[in-house]
Amino acid sequence: MLNDFLYRAALAGIGVALAAAPLGCFVVWRRMAFFGDATAHAAMLGVALSLTLSTPIFTGVLAISLAMAITVSTLSGRGYAMDTLLGVMAHSSLAIGLVCVSFLSGVRIDLMAYLFGDILAVGKTDLAIIWGGAILVLAMVGYRWSALLLSTLSPDLARASGISPRREQLILLIALAIVVAVAIKVVGVLLIAAMLIIPAATARKLSRTPEAMALMAAMIGACASVAGLAVSYRFDSPTGPTIVCVVAFLFVVLNGLQATVQRIRTLLSDERQAFD
Amino acid sequence: MLIETRNLSVRIGKTPILSDITMSIQRGEIVTIIGPNGSGKSTLMRTLIGALLPCQGEILRSPGLRIGYVPQRLHIDETLPLTVRRFLQLPRRRSREELQAVVSSAGAQQLLDHQLLALSGGQLQRVLLARALLDKPDLLLLDEPTQGLDRRGTSAFYHQIASIRQQYDCAVILVSHDLRVVMRRSERVICLNGHICCEGKPDTVGTSTAFRSLFGQDEDDDTLALYQHREHDRRHSMPEAV
Repeated sequence: MLNDFLYRAALAGIGVALAAAPLGCFVVWRRMAFFGDATAHAAMLGVALSLTLSTPIFTGVLAISLAMAITVSTLSGRGYAMDTLLGVMAHSSLAIGLVCVSFLSGVRIDLMAYLFGDILAVGKTDLAIIWGGAILVLAMVGYRWSALLLSTLSPDLARASGISPRREQLILLIALAIVVAVAIKVVGVLLIAAMLIIPAATARKLSRTPEAMALMAAMIGACASVAGLAVSYRFDSPTGPTIVCVVAFLFVVLNGLQATVQRIRTLLSDERQAFD
Repeated sequence: MLIETRNLSVRIGKTPILSDITMSIQRGEIVTIIGPNGSGKSTLMRTLIGALLPCQGEILRSPGLRIGYVPQRLHIDETLPLTVRRFLQLPRRRSREELQAVVSSAGAQQLLDHQLLALSGGQLQRVLLARALLDKPDLLLLDEPTQGLDRRGTSAFYHQIASIRQQYDCAVILVSHDLRVVMRRSERVICLNGHICCEGKPDTVGTSTAFRSLFGQDEDDDTLALYQHREHDRRHSMPEAV
């Protein structure tokens, strides 16, 4: 089964969707949507680094994303706003990365593959990295779930319960860095943020508890990965962007449905009140 | 003694907020901390729970001291779906009995299955109070709990606090600027303006010169209060400001 590239692609997509879902929820709750973008941009420097040192792309990207997560976590709350810091680091490392890549002589690199991912070229090693990363991230988030949630809700209440919000933030940023690093092959640098945010945003209106929202986001992401793969196979469209298109489509349809159901309910209850 | 501060000074960034705070809280007493806006009341609360570190002085806590903290406000992001039941079980799971006990003490029985986002100000206040009671606190810190409540709501809330104090045998520190209601119910008033201006029994504090110059002789006369307040600062200016 793993010998079929389509199966490998589907498994890779599902792995990324599962890991991205709970993190995406935190990204949405903490209003740090920009973080996904920023880490992804910085990942270009990681790609350049790996090519220069001829190490696997994954290690370079992971190193840069982690460095960025730790820097942001250390500097935030010291007179810089989070989004300013991210903006400075994201765009400067993207620019440095692109400049470095241009100096690499004799290496013809397919920049498109890093920008948009190449899920159909996922090999068995890639698959192992993606699932290894996904399981690691899920374990981290699962272990710290309540503490992360409380720090997100109110840093002061977290401190009063003996939880350090700074440490929880660092854990979250490290998990995000890992997801970005493993997802590069699947959806590419430009679309990672989409896989983080859109499934979580879609799940928001459909859930009453944080846990339900994370589970729902995981299901939406996984379904969209498989469906996107099928659509892109059928119409020969680029796979990464097609997956993101499907997620966006689900966002519109599910939110529209939810709003309609809500409206019908209100109408019905109004009518019932009119009868009473 | 439950908690004691000795010559406590706190800065936020480079700005000195509190200086030379020495006070101690005994089991079972209700202490009200009053002071004008920006006088460091919330900072003092956050230092007591350990969210801020003092730059000078020390805090002594009795061993195993459990503090229940009700923050001044809780901003809940509208993207976060959360029921009251789930909120009370952060960061750890609680038994049905534990939940029932605290919601009935705090008067939030009806709210368990509501979304946190859908609560009114008064309802959220009760839920936060219930949360603070979960660990059976020895000391309850309430930061401006009656903000946004009307006169009747305020009175009901203080009744609740009084019965909670009896039920849990805990000390209560109330932060307020709502002088008239507070004074009658507390045993001790600490008057704060960056430093402790005066403290004592409500009736003696109310007539002391330091108190009068901080709040004005007539509580309703804002201009007088403000003017006198400035005079007061000049006389007792903080060491850092000199």
